[in-house]
Amino acid sequence: MTQKNRIAGGQIDRNTTCKFTFDGRTYAGHAGDTLASALLANGVRLMGRSFKYHRPRGPMTASSDEPNALVHLRSGARTEPNTRATTTELFDGLTATSQNRLGSLSFDLLAVNDRLSTFLTAGFYYKTFMWPAAFWEKVYEPIIRRAAGLGTLSFEDDPDVYDKGFLHCDLLIIGAGPAGLMAALTAARSGAEVILADEDFRMGGRLNSETYTIDDAAGADWAAATVSELANMPNVRLLSRTTVIGAFDHGIYGAVERVSDHIATPDAGKPRQILWRIYTQKTILAAGAIERPIAFNNNDRPGIMTASALRSYANRFGVAVNKRTAIFTNDDDGHRTATDLHAKGVKVIVIDPRADAPRARDYEVLAGAQVVDTMGRLGLTFAKVCLADGTERIIECGALGTSGGWNPNVHLTCHQRGRPVWNDALAAFVPDDLPAGMTVAGAAKGDMSTAGALAGGAQAAHSALELKGRLPAIPQAEDAPVNITPFWYVEGASRAWVDQQNDVTVKDVKLSHQEGFRSVEHLKRYTTLGMGTDQGKTANMGGLAIMAELAGKTIPEVGTTMFRPPYTPVAIGAFGGRHRGQDFHPKRLTPSHKWAEEQGAVFVEVGNWMRAQWFPRKDETTWRESVDREVLATRKSVGVCDVTTLGKVDVQGADAADFLNLIYCNGFAKLPVGKARYGLMLREDGIAMDDGTAARMAEDHFVVTTTTANALSVYRHMEFVRQCLVPDLDVQLISTTESWAQYAVAGPNARRVLEKIVDQDISNAAFSFMACANITVCGGLRARLFRISFSGELAFEIAVPTAYGDALIRRIMTAGAEFDITPYGTEALGVMRIEKGHATGNELNGTTTAANLGMGRMVSDKKDSIGSVLSRREGLNRADDLRAVGIKPIDPTQPVPAGAHLMISDGPVDAAHDQGYVTSACYSPNLGHHIALAFLKNGEGRIGETMRLVSPLTDIDVQVEICSAHFIDPKGERLRA
Amino acid sequence: MHDLIPIPALGVATQTIGTITIAENAGVALASVAARRGRADICADVLTSILGAVPDVGKAVLHDPEAGFWMAAGQWMIGAPMDTHEDLADQLKAKLGDAASVTEQSGGWVVFDITGAAMPDMCEILCNAPIRRMAAGDVQRTMIHQLGCFVIRRAADDHIRILGPRASAGSLHHALITAATAVA
Repeated sequence: MTQKNRIAGGQIDRNTTCKFTFDGRTYAGHAGDTLASALLANGVRLMGRSFKYHRPRGPMTASSDEPNALVHLRSGARTEPNTRATTTELFDGLTATSQNRLGSLSFDLLAVNDRLSTFLTAGFYYKTFMWPAAFWEKVYEPIIRRAAGLGTLSFEDDPDVYDKGFLHCDLLIIGAGPAGLMAALTAARSGAEVILADEDFRMGGRLNSETYTIDDAAGADWAAATVSELANMPNVRLLSRTTVIGAFDHGIYGAVERVSDHIATPDAGKPRQILWRIYTQKTILAAGAIERPIAFNNNDRPGIMTASALRSYANRFGVAVNKRTAIFTNDDDGHRTATDLHAKGVKVIVIDPRADAPRARDYEVLAGAQVVDTMGRLGLTFAKVCLADGTERIIECGALGTSGGWNPNVHLTCHQRGRPVWNDALAAFVPDDLPAGMTVAGAAKGDMSTAGALAGGAQAAHSALELKGRLPAIPQAEDAPVNITPFWYVEGASRAWVDQQNDVTVKDVKLSHQEGFRSVEHLKRYTTLGMGTDQGKTANMGGLAIMAELAGKTIPEVGTTMFRPPYTPVAIGAFGGRHRGQDFHPKRLTPSHKWAEEQGAVFVEVGNWMRAQWFPRKDETTWRESVDREVLATRKSVGVCDVTTLGKVDVQGADAADFLNLIYCNGFAKLPVGKARYGLMLREDGIAMDDGTAARMAEDHFVVTTTTANALSVYRHMEFVRQCLVPDLDVQLISTTESWAQYAVAGPNARRVLEKIVDQDISNAAFSFMACANITVCGGLRARLFRISFSGELAFEIAVPTAYGDALIRRIMTAGAEFDITPYGTEALGVMRIEKGHATGNELNGTTTAANLGMGRMVSDKKDSIGSVLSRREGLNRADDLRAVGIKPIDPTQPVPAGAHLMISDGPVDAAHDQGYVTSACYSPNLGHHIALAFLKNGEGRIGETMRLVSPLTDIDVQVEICSAHFIDPKGERLRA
Repeated sequence: MHDLIPIPALGVATQTIGTITIAENAGVALASVAARRGRADICADVLTSILGAVPDVGKAVLHDPEAGFWMAAGQWMIGAPMDTHEDLADQLKAKLGDAASVTEQSGGWVVFDITGAAMPDMCEILCNAPIRRMAAGDVQRTMIHQLGCFVIRRAADDHIRILGPRASAGSLHHALITAATAVA
């Protein structure tokens, strides 16, 4: 198809032809076109179907506030639904398809909804689909969702990447129209760091769509020259294709830059979009204004659009939507469209409800007239006009521009709960209460002339930056006053669309009022007016005006709904940035990771850490085989496990011991140098927070360990205590979790292995249970040794600077070879600690006290410590409180799973008779059956009792015996060996 | 003399992407210094004798062989060549005595040197450091790919040094590569 509607002029590159397809048909356009302008150039007005009634729709605007012309852009995994054809930059190879239809765009079977419009009024499904209730989820909702809605997702992974970035400036200018450009010039020439952002791919704003001159140049040429000057200034950053989506606290703005949306496929590694966070001292909002339509019968046919859109298509894109065009306007701006179109050879007629409408010599003006209806199945063909004398006239036209006045674009001024105020002269809301640091200029402020915008932009920059001296010279430009008579809708219209995206009519607004939904916020929710991808940018004012009239109020009395970020829709991918898939969060690798990989370890994520879970051997077919082997080998001879992930906090200072005495519920003040002690931290409310050890390396130096999971929260807690609760203590903290590679060497032969590595005497006499020391290994490398045991075996934890962690694990394995040393992972670690009855995160689960854990006597009453007072609350110290116990099955083949609950053997099984629950469970290869740790009411007095362990959800009902939680070496003889 | 061989945090070769060069620097020894209560003056005197000045808030002192930057109130990170200062913490403790708490940090960090004309563009994609406003010796603590890092503007205009958590060296390096590719 030829570009039959293409006319002379515009800012497209006619030397660059772009072929594209829409609904499978190939068309041609030019670089500089949008998808909408190119389709219109080819005579295509029908671009979509409406949300509810599936009525034929074409573009209403030439900008981002477009409600109708939404398409699926691209194909396959790159399909992007709900893309505005009016802002989609044309490129060679672009593929678009229409959406929300059943059948072809021209013959949409769901258009039957339009025939049923009498029943599908606002809130119809609230009233209609109430019975039977069970039908809602399975029947009604799926049908409604299929029949309504916009585009659909591809349900494939997005193959493109998105970035997030950060920018800093003195002045952010939003909008590169005349006000924004003049503000940028003024600010940039002062030396300020300026960011000028505009959502369009061509800066200049309305200057690109008008025929005005600035000084002696065309407005668009002045804009291009100004942009060129700014581009050459090192203190200016021009961000075209960038939409500022939100104004947030402290001078932070969000902006989406569409880096690669205007090409078919982003280059490898290049982002498709960047979500910028812009930090600025000052902001000038120069976002212009949005023309609003007038509601009349069948005002939604393809070919009917705002008058300014017709002007944009003609002046900027060189497209006459139709050679016969009508303009329906209540203000002088609509007449500009008529003048421009007439000058381009379009046959124009103006319908102006004002009796004193301006006359024109070149085209007909019907003063005092109104458009009352339109005709045309898939596009406008005729308009019916009621003349001033009450007679009707049918006008043949394929395009109809409506102009009901302009709304200053106040959106971003309201993101921090600012409310705009009403301006009678403009019949529109203008900004009032602004975010800190923001000023508004140009049409966004209500200065509707080009001269006003230029002067306002310069003044705004001058004031925002507190510049000295005179304002720069302001170019000469048109300065026409606003001349408008408010006119929102044509009386008597039955199907007049207020919100075209959501298919909300004047009648729907009246119904909302009639049924009591009169608050503007209720109106929005009941009718969906102002929702959707355009958020009612062309609709809200019409709805407010009708509601005001019905309520007998003024429009400002009715008020506006809240404007919230984002200004226009943002792809979820832009919010996610690079944090997706494998890169969703960073990984932390242990010092032995490379070596563990070489051993074929299976890894598990523990927070961000990747820990070896077990080390399978070739002949092992299940994880249990590997874990059982690792446990048995460790208890029989010796095993080694990377425990670097445990949190480590370096605590130094003259008052370090006093500090730990406060942090831990048990005593640390008298811990001798060279000794470590198990410590339990309580929260302020007396509940157990974390446990670990603190080793006294010197009089004024401790090394505190935490659980892996709580390393960060414990460190944060300690810093809070240090800085806020005891700032007078001389104590310094710093995390050293990653500074030291630490390995647990456990088992009867642990000492023999380490004696081959450690340079000092580590015999039981020289280095007894719970000893700690700074040592050297392998002939002089600085290291630390702790004689602590999580497994219950004779065990040490040895630490070296992380860079030597890889070398040390290899050396340990070499030294241990003669003892068949076995590396073990977190599963074996877990089994051994359950066998030993040691608590961990499963037991310190945020609800348990020291008493529950069987450590009640650790809470010292001889000193003050965090949580100790509240741990003595009556409610936490009842006679039948939970106590940690062990569980073993009566039938040794039965499992005793975690999460199951304990019930009295012959009692009822329900929550009211719950006796306790299992926290940790495993198969013990040493005992030959499953074991578990549990919390049981009055547990310590019920050792030997037979109970039922049940889980009704998983059909578990097992007879178990209550026993000591210490299944292995209850006297602790092994670890002291 | 021990015979254990240290390995770098990542051990990757230097990469050049466009104008940007990303190099792991395994030759930096690190130790943190925190002034003890009531001993700030003595600590400052010692630091001045070592570095030439006490790093101010948000600043580094790019001194040779030792350099340092401010980490928190009364706390600094000191760096020096690993070849000559592997026992940096012990050296500092010997000079500072009870005036400061000294903690070895060499194993806790991975160090990347990033140079090239597009370094500022890359930095803007990476983190919230106002890189174009930072002068030589400015330091910013910031998040890169969810990792707490230090960004140090070095003497050359196109050079930053990033200190990140060693255990996440791979993730951090991946973030650097992707950012460099994005702006190349």
